[in-house]
Amino acid sequence: MQAQSTEARTVAVIAEMRGLEGPLLPILHGIQHEFGYVPTESLPIIAEALNLSNAEVHGVATFYHDYRKHPAGRHVLKLCQAEACQSMGSDRIAAQVQAALGIGFHETAKDGSVTLEPVYCLGLCACAPSAMLDGQPIGRVDAETIAEIVAEVRS
Amino acid sequence: MGLVQEIDFGTPASKAEKQVTLTVDGFTVTVPEGTSIMRASMEAGIAIPKLCATDMVDAFGSCRLCLVEIEGRAGTPSSCTTPVAPGMVVHTQTGRLKDIRKGVMELYISDHPLDCLTCAANGDCELQDMAGAVGLRDVRYGYDGDNHVFAKSRNALEGGVANMRWMPKDESNPYFTYDPSKCIVCSRCVRACEEVQGTFALTIEGRGFDSRVSPGMHQPFLDSECVSCGACVQACPTATLTEKSVIRIGQPEHSVVTTCAYCGVGCSFKAEMRGDELVRMVPWKDGKANRGHSCVKGRFAYGYATHKERILNPMVREKISDPWREVTWEEALSHIASEFRRLQYQYGRASIGGITSSRCTNEETYLVQKLIRQGFGNNNVDTCARVCHSPTGYGLGQTYGTSAGTQDFDSVEDSDVIMVIGANPSAAHPVFASRMKKRIRQGAKLIVLDPRRTETVTSVHAKADFHLPLKPGTNVAVVTALAHVIVTEGLFDEAFIRERCDWSEFEDWAAFVAEPQNSPEEVEKLSGVPAETIRGAARLYATGGNGAIYYGLGVTEHSQGSTTVMAIANLAMATGNIGKRGVGVNPLRGQNNVQGSCDMGSFPHELPGYRHISGDAVRDIYDSLWGVKLDNEPGLRIPNMLDAAVEGSFKGLYIQGEDILQSDPDTHHVSAGLAAMECVVVHDLFLNETANYAHVFLPGSTFLEKDGTFTNAERRINRVRKVMAPKNGLADWEVTQKLAQAMGLNWNYQHPSEIMDEIAKTTPSFQLVSYDLLEREGSVQWPCNEKAPHGTPIMHMDGFVRGKGKFIRTEYVATDEKTGPRFPLLLTTGRILSQYNVGAQTRRTDNVVWHAEDVLEIHPHDAEQRGVRHGDWVRLKSRAGETTLRADVTDRVSPGVVYTTFHHPDTQANVITTDFSDWATNCPEYKVTAVQVGLSNGPSQWQEEYAEQARMSRRIEGRLEAAE
Repeated sequence: MQAQSTEARTVAVIAEMRGLEGPLLPILHGIQHEFGYVPTESLPIIAEALNLSNAEVHGVATFYHDYRKHPAGRHVLKLCQAEACQSMGSDRIAAQVQAALGIGFHETAKDGSVTLEPVYCLGLCACAPSAMLDGQPIGRVDAETIAEIVAEVRS
Repeated sequence: MGLVQEIDFGTPASKAEKQVTLTVDGFTVTVPEGTSIMRASMEAGIAIPKLCATDMVDAFGSCRLCLVEIEGRAGTPSSCTTPVAPGMVVHTQTGRLKDIRKGVMELYISDHPLDCLTCAANGDCELQDMAGAVGLRDVRYGYDGDNHVFAKSRNALEGGVANMRWMPKDESNPYFTYDPSKCIVCSRCVRACEEVQGTFALTIEGRGFDSRVSPGMHQPFLDSECVSCGACVQACPTATLTEKSVIRIGQPEHSVVTTCAYCGVGCSFKAEMRGDELVRMVPWKDGKANRGHSCVKGRFAYGYATHKERILNPMVREKISDPWREVTWEEALSHIASEFRRLQYQYGRASIGGITSSRCTNEETYLVQKLIRQGFGNNNVDTCARVCHSPTGYGLGQTYGTSAGTQDFDSVEDSDVIMVIGANPSAAHPVFASRMKKRIRQGAKLIVLDPRRTETVTSVHAKADFHLPLKPGTNVAVVTALAHVIVTEGLFDEAFIRERCDWSEFEDWAAFVAEPQNSPEEVEKLSGVPAETIRGAARLYATGGNGAIYYGLGVTEHSQGSTTVMAIANLAMATGNIGKRGVGVNPLRGQNNVQGSCDMGSFPHELPGYRHISGDAVRDIYDSLWGVKLDNEPGLRIPNMLDAAVEGSFKGLYIQGEDILQSDPDTHHVSAGLAAMECVVVHDLFLNETANYAHVFLPGSTFLEKDGTFTNAERRINRVRKVMAPKNGLADWEVTQKLAQAMGLNWNYQHPSEIMDEIAKTTPSFQLVSYDLLEREGSVQWPCNEKAPHGTPIMHMDGFVRGKGKFIRTEYVATDEKTGPRFPLLLTTGRILSQYNVGAQTRRTDNVVWHAEDVLEIHPHDAEQRGVRHGDWVRLKSRAGETTLRADVTDRVSPGVVYTTFHHPDTQANVITTDFSDWATNCPEYKVTAVQVGLSNGPSQWQEEYAEQARMSRRIEGRLEAAE
C-alpha cells in the first residue's frame, strides 16, 4: 500500500470528506488516520482543495496537539498533568513512567514501541491520577499499573 | 511641517444611519449604531488603552487592555468588542480597570525585551506607549522562566542552554524584518493580511504560550504566500514587523501626503521623511482610492529614485553610435531647439512631433501637448494610451458619451456580481483587488473572463464562481454570447432601456445578438468556453443584483479592442447596470496617469477634455489664449510617426517618460523608425531602451521631486506633492517650459498650480478644479464644474452624457493573426505583481527577488510535445521575430496558449508581437500572437546583438563603463 504517494493518499482522503460542512477538521482527522500523523506535504494539498491558504491550514493543524507532525510509536501513553491529578501525585507518576520507559514527554522510545505525552485533563478527576493508553482511560494510576502498562507496551 | 497625524479609532466605522447617544467619562457622545465603545470614546477625544485593536481591522478582543466598566452591567467588558447602546454610561478609568491593565501590561512586558533605546520602533511603539499610559513601573516576573526573548536560557541552573522557544529574526523579505522575540501575538498582522489584503498568508501557529505568528507553514516570509503588501508591517504595534528602511535610517520627523506613481489605482501615501531622505511610504487612510491600503510596489519599490543608474545631467551626441557627452541644460535645450527648427525648415512643419507620458503629471502632459500644438505648430502628439486604453476612449465615448470609467472604487462595496474581463487585478491593480476580494468574501459573486487561470480566478476565499477561459482573440464573440443569453432568455431590464436608451437601437441590437451564430453553443466552438459556463455567467450577471464590470488590457489590446469595449457597454446598458453605486463599466487603467494624459489632449485628434481638433469653437479658445492658429487636421499617431520616419518624412521626436522601444509592438519596426530620425529627444529617469536611439537625453524627475496632479482610473484628480528637490535640478514641467522658451515661446509658469488654472479655464470638465479645491477636498473626480462642484463619483446618474445610451452591433471578426502549421500556439502577455510594465523602475528595486526574469508559461501537453521541461531555455518565434526565455510548465494556461510578461529588456517580448492593431484606434494587438516554441541553447542572435548595441550606446564620455 505504501506504493501510493502521499499526494495521492491525501487527495483520496479529501475526496471522501470535502462534501461535509466545515470539512477541514474531518479531513485532518482522516489524514491522521491514514498516515498515523499529518504529513506537512498534505497541508498545501488540503489548502488548495478547500480554497484556503497554506497558513490557515497550518494554523489549524498546529492548534490541536493531537494532530501529529511525526508518526507516533506503536502505543501512545498519555499522562494527565492537570490540577486534580497534580494534587494526587501525577508528577511522581510521570517521573516513574519516564524512568521505566527511558523517555521524556513528547518522546518516542528508540524501538518505536511507545510515545509518551502529557495531557491536560481526561475528565477522570474522580479517579486521579489518570492516564490513557491507546485511547483507553486508566484511573488511579500507581506503581502496579505502571508496571502493567510498561509490560504491555514492551510486549 | 511635522508628521501627518492620523487618529486610530481602534475599530472600523459603522455605516449605520441610526444614531446612538451615550456617556463616556461624563462626556456625551453620539455615534452611529454598531460603533464600538472604543471608537465612540475616541470620537469624544478619550483614548482607551489598547494593543490588539486598530481601525484597519475588525475588533478581536484579545489584548484585555481596553476593558471598561459600564454602569448597570457586570464585569469589565472589552470596549473594542462591545457596541454602544442608547443611554449607556461608560467609565474608562477606574481603580479596578487601572489594576487590571497594569497587571496585563506586566505580563506582556515579562515576555518582551527591554531594549527600547536601541529598538527600531523607539518613538513609534504602541507597547511602549501603553506601558506609559497604564503607568507600568515594575515587572515582577523576571526572565528566568519560559520566554521567547533570549536565544539562551537565563536561568542560573541551566544558564547558557539554548532556549527552544526563541526564534531568530527573519530577514528574508527585502523590505521588512520579522523579529519573533518582540511579538506580543496581538494578531493584528494576521488580521490585516486576511481582512485588508485578503491573502491569508499569516496565521497564529500553536496555542497558549506556544502561539507564534507564522508566515505560511512556519516558513520565511519570502517563501510563504506573502505578497509583501506591507499591511502587516503597518498594523504591527511593536518592532516585530519593521521596515528595513526604518531600521537603517531611524524614525521620520515629517511627512507629506502624495500619490503613488505606479498603476491606475492612484493610492494616496504619506511620504515619511527625515530631512530630504525618504524613510518610508505609508498609505493614507483618507485616500479615497485606497482607503489606507497599498501594494508591494507603492509602499516599498521607490528605490529607483536614488538608483545609481539614474541619469542626472543632460547629454547630447551627434550620432547614435557615439558615446554620450554631458552638457549643461542650456546647451542641451538650445541644441534641441535649433535641431527641431532645422528639421521643420528642411522637411516641413509636420516632420517633428512628441509623445506625452502617462507617468508624468497632468500639468506636464498638458505642457508637452501645448509645446507641440503651439510651438511645433502641428498635432503630432500621441501618448502611451495609444497602446493600452485608446479603445476604451473610443468605445465608451461612442456608447455613453465619456471616455472613462463610470464608478469610483468605493462603488465595489455595493456590488453583488463582479465581472472581470481581461484583467488580473491581483497582480496589476492589487489594491483594487483587495477591495474587490473583501466584497467577494462578504458574498458577492465573481465572474472572470481570461485565457489564464490567474490569481484573480483562484484567490483564497474569493474564488471565481465562473471562469471563462476563452481562446485569445475571441472576446467579442464571448461577450456577445453573454448578451445573446440575456436577450433570448428575457433577462434584460426593459424599463431602464426604455428610459435611458433608444428603444429602436436596442431592438436592432437585440435582433443581432439573438442570431444563432452568437449563441453560446456556436461560440463554444471558436472560444473553447463551454456553452453552459457562458449561460451560467450571463444569468448570474443579469439577475444577481448590482452587476459591475471591470476590464483591462485583455479587452483593449486586440484587433477588435474597441468592439469589445462596446460589447461590454451594451451588456451593462441591457441589464440596467449603469448610473448608481455598485454597478458600472470600469477600465482598470494601467498607469498612474494614463487617464490624465488622455484627458489632457495627448491624442493627435483631441484637445484637452476630449474635444475634437476639427471643432472651430474649441480651437478658438486656444487660438486666442496661445496666440496661434491651430492646425485643424489631426496629427500622426505613434505607429504613423514611425511609418513616416521609415519613409523619410518624419525626422524629430520629443519623448517624455515613455520607452516605446520596449513597450510598443514589433520592436524591429520601432527601432527602424527611431534610427531613421535625425533628432530623437528622450526625457527620462534612465537610459531606457529607446534612449539607445536618442540624440539628446534630458534627465527626468521622479514623482517625489515635483508638484502636480495624477488622475486615476476612477477619474480622481489626486495631488502629487514635492517631498525632495529634483536630483536632476529641474522638475519635468520646468524642463518642458525651458524647451518651449528655447524655441521662442513666451511661457512663464511659476508653479504647476498655474498650469492647472489654465487647464480649468479652457476645459469644461475641469472648470472648477484648482489646487485650492484639491487642498480642501483631498481629491476630486471630474467632471468638476458648475453642475458638479464637488466632482462626480458616479457618472450617468440621471441619463447618459451623450443623451441616450447607444447600443451598437458587435460583429465578431476573427483576427488576421491566426495559428497555422508554422505558428501553432497563441501567445498572450501580462503583468505580475512585483514588476511594473517595462520594469524601468521595479527592476531597479529589490522587487527583483520575486521576478528576476520573464518566463514562458506553457501547458504540460504542449511542453511534452516539444520535449520542453520546466526551466528549459526555449525559443519563442513569431512572424515578427524571435527571442529566448525559460519555460514554466503549468496548467494555468490552456493547451494551445502560451503566456509571458514584458518586464525585462533582455527578453523583449515585443520582438515577437506583430503590427496588427485595433481597427478604430490602432491600439496594438499585444494579446494575440501566433507563435512556435522550441528548445533552445540560450539567447537568440538578436538578443546578443541587441545587448551589445545597448552597451555601446550607453557609453558616457569621461566615465568608465560600469563593470558587468
